Amino acid sequence: MKLTLNIWRQADAAATGEMRTYALDGVSEDMSFLEMLDVLNEQLNAKGEEPIAFDSDCREGICGTCGLMINGQAHGPEVTTTCQLHMRSFKDGDEITIEPWRADAFPVVKDLVVDRGAFDRIIQQGGFISANTGSAPEANSVPVPRDKAMRSFNMATCIGCGACVAACPNGSASLFMGAKITHLGELPQGQPERDSRVVNMVGQHDHEGFGGCTNIGECAAACPKEIPLDVISQLNKDLRTALKHGH
Amino acid sequence: MAMTDASGTVFTNQPSVQTSDDASGYYTPGAPLVDAKAPTGPIATRWTNRKFENRLVNPANRRKLTVIIVGTGLAGGSAAATLGEAGYNVKSFCYQDSPRRAHSIAAQGGINAAKNYKEDGDSTHRLFYDTVKGGDYRSRESNVYRLAEVSANIIDQCVAQGVPFAREYGGLLDNRSFGGVQVSRTFYARGQTGQQLLIGAYQALERQVAAGTVTTYTRHEMLDLVMVDGKARGIIARDMVTGAIETHTADVVVLASGGYGNVFYLSTNAMGCNVTAAWRAHRKGAYMANPCYTQIHPTCIPVSGEHQSKLTLMSESLRNDGRIWVPKNKEDCDKDPRDIPEEDRDYYLERIYPSFGNLVPRDIASRQAKNMCDEGRGVGPMVGDFRRGVYLDFADAIARLGKAGIEEKYDNLLDMYERITGENPYEVPMRIYPAVHYVMGGLWVDYDLQSNVPGLFVTGEANFSDHGANRLGASALMQGLADGYFVLPNTIREYLADGPFETVTEDHPEVVAAHEAVQARIERFLSINGERSADSYHKELGHLMWEYCGMERTAEGLRKAIDGIRELKRDFWSNLKVLGTADSLNQSLEKAGRVADFLELGELMCIDALNRRESCGGHFRGESQTEDGEALRIDEEFAYVAAWEFASAHENDPNEPQVSMGTPVLHKEDLLYTAIEMKQRSYK
Ligand SMILES: Cc1cc2nc3c(=O)[nH]c(=O)nc-3n(C[C@H](O)[C@H](O)[C@H](O)COP(=O)(O)OP(=O)(O)OC[C@H]3O[C@@H](n4cnc5c(N)ncnc54)[C@H](O)[C@@H]3O)c2cc1C
Ligand code: SF4
Ligand code: FES
Repeated sequence: MKLTLNIWRQADAAATGEMRTYALDGVSEDMSFLEMLDVLNEQLNAKGEEPIAFDSDCREGICGTCGLMINGQAHGPEVTTTCQLHMRSFKDGDEITIEPWRADAFPVVKDLVVDRGAFDRIIQQGGFISANTGSAPEANSVPVPRDKAMRSFNMATCIGCGACVAACPNGSASLFMGAKITHLGELPQGQPERDSRVVNMVGQHDHEGFGGCTNIGECAAACPKEIPLDVISQLNKDLRTALKHGH
Repeated sequence: MAMTDASGTVFTNQPSVQTSDDASGYYTPGAPLVDAKAPTGPIATRWTNRKFENRLVNPANRRKLTVIIVGTGLAGGSAAATLGEAGYNVKSFCYQDSPRRAHSIAAQGGINAAKNYKEDGDSTHRLFYDTVKGGDYRSRESNVYRLAEVSANIIDQCVAQGVPFAREYGGLLDNRSFGGVQVSRTFYARGQTGQQLLIGAYQALERQVAAGTVTTYTRHEMLDLVMVDGKARGIIARDMVTGAIETHTADVVVLASGGYGNVFYLSTNAMGCNVTAAWRAHRKGAYMANPCYTQIHPTCIPVSGEHQSKLTLMSESLRNDGRIWVPKNKEDCDKDPRDIPEEDRDYYLERIYPSFGNLVPRDIASRQAKNMCDEGRGVGPMVGDFRRGVYLDFADAIARLGKAGIEEKYDNLLDMYERITGENPYEVPMRIYPAVHYVMGGLWVDYDLQSNVPGLFVTGEANFSDHGANRLGASALMQGLADGYFVLPNTIREYLADGPFETVTEDHPEVVAAHEAVQARIERFLSINGERSADSYHKELGHLMWEYCGMERTAEGLRKAIDGIRELKRDFWSNLKVLGTADSLNQSLEKAGRVADFLELGELMCIDALNRRESCGGHFRGESQTEDGEALRIDEEFAYVAAWEFASAHENDPNEPQVSMGTPVLHKEDLLYTAIEMKQRSYK
């Protein structure tokens, strides 16, 4: 198939970027979206134009490195990551607009690459269970009810891609935080630090310039791992409880 | 025949004596490696004794000791967290934008541990035995025993961190059997075990960042090792955003930089996986051990076309429930598989290996798939002259467990399959084909995980240590975490007990030289101004490696590959085209550096494979097979670790310093066993 691609080009964080249009022919249905961009880059390189910078690593939907706004949708039209999107979701003659994540807390580094370091800093403030190596009790000494273990696991599948933030009109990272709060909060091991965790993570979130949640729900719709909106209610509940406890 | 050494240790085998010399002319014989610092005495006490013998570092001294750790996967992330907790000053590097994205995240199937929760006869000794046997008796027994010994602690540690492993209804941990073993000792988190383990290590690491013991350097690529007075004292790294070439010095350097499977271009590794950190250390004197030992995984999604940038693994756990087959008749190969009646299907693994069936080890499953396709009985699209695929069929399992049962066990995997191929595996059998997945080879380390370069430690997939010639499923995650949480922290202290070492300043001549060399190499890439992208060279190298140094190797093919690689290297250094600048994010430049190192590694792999004229583990030599075509291991000649030393610079051709590698020097470490007897593997 033949496509028209409108792609954001920006030399570095300080530069003002612009959309540029490229025509690309010979795209096959079996290509992934990123393989389609590889082909374009190979052509640009041959012509002497610097290839388009974009992030990816595992290309199997698990590392969370990739992430593009495709026709205004985070990760494009399917419920999956950009790297798992395949060209069979598009058709011959399509015009596709490709932009980086847009959020104050995720500055553009170059072209389609953004800086998501803010997510790491949120985790640093409490997204963990303090258990020094060597101090752990025998694993089966604390049974975990299966439904709680499952829910914990489901929320732990968040890949930290940032699509929720990019999709949110407020640029909020509440879904990302809610997933972490729920992953750890469902487990007995996560209880001792439950209050401080939520308070400190939310504090860092606000400090980084992420917006507040106004229950729009775009985040959950864009999330490739289908993290449900109710984790944000859990986040708010945990926060209220912590504040009640005097945190 | 038993052999006894001076200390009275009784060995079950003799040192091997190599009589063949296929690689003659391609290498220089070197002195044997006699001291791997492996302890003696009864095997079950060796690790306990070593932990006791190794000196302690006074807690007050620890923060004065700087440890550089390159890599934030299971091996590097766990080590950084643990050493941070112990109070050392840790600097942690990764090329991704966050430590959480290291390639360990992609591991699917699970992690082994000798917990014996199922009372099915598992034990430390059995895990040890299975791992040495699975590795085809090409690993060091003391290392493997230690791995089995600490495996149970890993599960405890991960559960305490909140890793949500699969559980039974009673709330206790669940296990499954995995990849060629007959006990259930694999812990798992649906098809995302690596992700969950890595998030555990990552969170522990970030906790130490907040505590001030660990500093993370993301989007930083190590481009050289800094050596001062014969010791590893730091690294040169490029800030991939600004392009700044930075010097980082330390008391000790740990490489946990992962595997080099991407030398084959197509593999199940992430796009960025590379050999650069390890190769640069190799060029500075660290030995590279058994580089040709690669693992080809039997269950990956087949290649769909030239544009393909990577291959996707379908966890081997699928072999527990899926049945592998090809049509009996070539004429059926392009039919809808659902229309092929039972009697016209060849469940070849069940036929050839009745006792293990679909659960034979990876190397056997892979080779047999290739054999079926070479016979013309493969399925799926034609790739060249053959169809390259076999069926993995869930119909029986769906009938037995119901669709919901299969979904619960594997849902994300089957979804992924559908997403990539556009076919629904609940309705049509999946198509699979082997792909490069893991490398057992890596930098040589002694029992303490220290390379032959003092002060350079190597952990995880980047070292060669524990898997011999073939890795069993679910044992790489075990090794990465064993190294990082439990082994390295206990062995590195023996080295650090002599520190802090004299401060190395940035104007030290050896530091300046390393810095300048890195800068010069980058300038070279940018100034060649030829016609071809680094990626195009990578692809071509991958074809050569897969064809001649992949599942089956012959002396003739390997010699052809070596010539081909040298030719390719020459072209690379004269015809490469890298656009953009050195002082900004430049993915083509990053790629060029990695491909340059892969080209050199590829040549060494072929030389190593050429020398090893035996079939063992994942490495099948055409010249060494039994009458019925099974791998024939030759212990009398090859029961050793091949540790390669980089040919010194003066041997290089001065006119083409990048093209000629000279003749690498081969040092052999004999593999001698006390607690196990070598046997030919048989899975029939
Ligand atoms: C798809 C897949 C599935 C797998 N499934 C399983 C499984 O079920 N069970 C199992 O036991 N094993 C499995 N394995 C194998 C296992 O995942 C790996 O062997 C293991 O995770 C490697 O861990 P590591 O920490 O050594 O390296 P990695 O996780 O690869 O980490 C390497 C780190 O080094 C950094 N790095 C590399 N080079 C540089 C450089 N030059 N400069 C700076 N940083 C650098 C990277 O940024 C990264 O942080 C699987 C592998 C794959 C590919
Ligand atoms: S919650 Fe979903 S969208 Fe947000 S970072 Fe996690 S996986 Fe990505
Ligand atoms: S590249 Fe890893 S999730 Fe897309």
